Amino acid sequence: MTEFTGHPPPGGIHIRAVEKRFGHTQVLRGVSLDIAAGEFVALVGPSGCGKTTLMRIVAGIEQADAGSVAIGDRDVTRLRPGDRDVAMVFQSYALYPHLTVAENIRVPLALRRLNAWQRLPLLGGWMPGAADEGHRMDQEVRRAAEALGLRALLDRRPAQLSGGQRQRVALARAIVRRPAAFLMDEPLSNLDASLRVQTRREIVDIHRQAGAATLYVTHDQSEALTMADRVAVMQDGELLQVATPEAIYADPADLRVATFIGSPRINTLPAEAGTDGMVRVGGHPVGLWGARPGPLTLAIRPEDLLPAATGLPARAEALEFLGESLLLHARHEATGAPLVLRLPPEMRPDLPPGGSAFALQFDTSRALLFGPEGHRVGASVLSGMHALV
Amino acid sequence: MSEPRPPLLRDAPRLALLALAGVIMLMPYIWMVAASMKPLDEIFRASLSLWPERFFAIENYGKVFATIPVGRYLWNGLVVCGGILFFQLLFAVPAGYALAKLRFPGKDLVFGAVMLGLLVPPHVQALPLYVAFSQVGLLNSYTALIAPFTISVFAIFLFRQFFRSLPDDLIHAARLDGFSELAIVWRVVLPNAWPAATAFAIFSVVAHWNDLFWPLIVVNGTDYATPALGVLFFRSAEAGDDFGALMAAAVIMTAPLVIAFLLAQRRFVEGIATTGLKG
Amino acid sequence: MALTRAARAPWGEAAAAWMLSAPAVLAYVLMLALPTLATVLLAFTDFELGATGFRWIGLDNFAEMLSDRGFGISLRNTLIYVGLVTPGSIAGALALALLIEAGLRGRTLFRAVFFLPVVSLTVAMAAAWQYLLHPTIGPLNAMLRLAGLGAPEWLSSSSTVLVSLAAIGIWENLGFNLVLFLAGLTAIPRELYAAAEVDGARSAWDRFRLVTWPMLGPTTLFVLTITMIRAVRVFDTVAVLTQGGPNKASQVLLYTMYEEGFTYFRLGYSAAVTLVFLAIVLAIMWLQTKLLDKRVHYV
Repeated sequence: MTEFTGHPPPGGIHIRAVEKRFGHTQVLRGVSLDIAAGEFVALVGPSGCGKTTLMRIVAGIEQADAGSVAIGDRDVTRLRPGDRDVAMVFQSYALYPHLTVAENIRVPLALRRLNAWQRLPLLGGWMPGAADEGHRMDQEVRRAAEALGLRALLDRRPAQLSGGQRQRVALARAIVRRPAAFLMDEPLSNLDASLRVQTRREIVDIHRQAGAATLYVTHDQSEALTMADRVAVMQDGELLQVATPEAIYADPADLRVATFIGSPRINTLPAEAGTDGMVRVGGHPVGLWGARPGPLTLAIRPEDLLPAATGLPARAEALEFLGESLLLHARHEATGAPLVLRLPPEMRPDLPPGGSAFALQFDTSRALLFGPEGHRVGASVLSGMHALV
Repeated sequence: MSEPRPPLLRDAPRLALLALAGVIMLMPYIWMVAASMKPLDEIFRASLSLWPERFFAIENYGKVFATIPVGRYLWNGLVVCGGILFFQLLFAVPAGYALAKLRFPGKDLVFGAVMLGLLVPPHVQALPLYVAFSQVGLLNSYTALIAPFTISVFAIFLFRQFFRSLPDDLIHAARLDGFSELAIVWRVVLPNAWPAATAFAIFSVVAHWNDLFWPLIVVNGTDYATPALGVLFFRSAEAGDDFGALMAAAVIMTAPLVIAFLLAQRRFVEGIATTGLKG
Repeated sequence: MALTRAARAPWGEAAAAWMLSAPAVLAYVLMLALPTLATVLLAFTDFELGATGFRWIGLDNFAEMLSDRGFGISLRNTLIYVGLVTPGSIAGALALALLIEAGLRGRTLFRAVFFLPVVSLTVAMAAAWQYLLHPTIGPLNAMLRLAGLGAPEWLSSSSTVLVSLAAIGIWENLGFNLVLFLAGLTAIPRELYAAAEVDGARSAWDRFRLVTWPMLGPTTLFVLTITMIRAVRVFDTVAVLTQGGPNKASQVLLYTMYEEGFTYFRLGYSAAVTLVFLAIVLAIMWLQTKLLDKRVHYV
């Protein structure tokens, strides 16, 4: 792909306390988010959490009930979509079926730079100024098409393109204007798995070259982790946490964030802090101390669990071979909670056969504790102990 | 996710325009009903008031029922439209299925003939059919009214398109289960043909209830007159004299289909739209 | 004979197919193919009902048509009628469809109101129109007189009769086209409008040009063809209201065909007129296929 640089536009996207309800359902509850110019923020969450609604409000396609949206230092809350200096890539691409690729990319330029007279079907081309502007626009269209490898397809119609090609056309139509903000609504969800991996790199490249602020909505947490500068996790209309992918993964602020991010899902065990401050799982102390007495949830990633001779009692259930790793499915004896361990394939001969009991150990410093409301709770690792008794 | 309704004030211009167009559209009906309830002298006075000064509806409608065999006409309409529809479905559904799902020699020829038939309007067959029926002495009969329309290439085309969208696997599964070809038609295909059949039925009934051309040609006298012909007879008989009764006759003959439409509106509209879009 | 199951299967299928199609094929031949052929042949004879014999006269019927002033008028009137009814009922239906589709309130109600003429008995409504347009006692002229405008003789004057019939024709066809346009409009994906807004389409006209009109292409073409064919087939209103008058001012093709065939019993000549009618219908459909290839279908 060729370079597509421009003056990095000023701005960023600033969302303040946006609320939205549909009928009796509160879809967005006072959401605030700041995206700096040049930053790529992935908005991720389960279906129906409100992320697409938020994006459509930023685009101007929907109106918020309360709150404001600013692009750069302009308050755009009351402005029409066309006046906001944003570009959007739709999940279904929304290409105009009757226009060629080149004409599709040209539309945002033509609508802005030509007045109504110049846009008339046949006579428009003869209006004063139309020809020069037309040349300029054609150049920019060509540049955008080159940046996305579409030069050979400029005369085709969307019906003659593959899904991946259509998506590039949608991207080209978005970047041709060099807007201050990009909005992308699950652009990869209609592509094959193999195409997705390649295309997500290209999207990030385009974003870097264009230099604008990008808000990227997806339900796929691996997309969010691999592509974004920061990840915003949303559920039930509110933002649970906004942080770098590393922090989201290793340092989640909420149990819901911990369980949504990461595949396979993080292991959760019911735990309890006693009056002595010791944290126990099913009666077993786990080497953590200092939490307030009461019920807790202990969460530990599959790659941080190990089978051992002593530790938490568990029973093996099934083994899945993934190629680069093994997944051992088990159940915690005392509570019946399901567990998944991710292990290197070399360990296969040593693993407990299905149905047999074994013990688990984990690195306490990597364990996460959450209070009864789901919020992250701190605890100290008992010095000298990196594993369970 | 839909936007909430815009406030009534903003919607008002659109609704006002539509209401104006609607009133213009309904003018003939409004005046038709109004005149059917007025005595002749009021009608001739050409006043613009809709409500009659002297309520004359009973006399007008009474005259209609007395002078023309309303029941007979409506019955004829029912028999003719029903008979046409029955035979149309009887011929077209199996043929449509055969063209859609079965392989047989001559299939392309048959389908080509169907497409050709779509091009030819029914008026083209009128003359020879008239002569033929006349020679056989079948003029002025239900046969003459129904027979020419029993073949509806449009219906064959419609059902073919519809059956093509039925999954092939359904037929294969039925064959594997041991059904004979005829049994498949009877037990598997027909029950699934219901939506297309209702859509077409509406289209066909509306078209033939309205037909004036053919009944005018083959029918003599009132025994076999369809509602359309009945109104024409009444009008010729009155020759511009008793408008009140004429309007009453018009109301009576129009009412059945209009009432059916108002009761089953969605079906009607969908029927016309789907047959239109497929055709 | 030991036919294997596989060998028997296609035979069974073909036999079944022929059995299923047989009634339709028979009806087709009897009621469609043979009569059409007969009409074509008739057009080249001088057959008259009740006459003893008839001769093959070649193109004489067509020659007569060319020199007959009455036929020329009939053809011209039909074309004028089509030329009035087609744009009127299409533009009107499109405008109303856009208005209805633009909001949520009253969709079902207005759709029903405008569709009513389609399910109303044409003959009966023609009688109602006759009353409405009556020069002396009709409400329309009563309103015009009240407004101080003239009171034209709509259906009784040769200068206004065709326009009046065309107005009735528009009234009859509007609802049908409206329903088709509504179906076409609802099929347009909503996201295209959202994309157009983000791209900068500000006014309703921009959205119409960029999304609505192109996406309605196939529907519009279909409506155009259907309307033209329905208009060419005009008969009921002429038969009920004017019988081709005054002075042939509202004579139309099908009425000429009817008169020649069943009033004067000149079946050969009437068949020739029918062929002209058929030729026009075929021309319209050919036009449709030509346009279909090129510009209208994008998927």
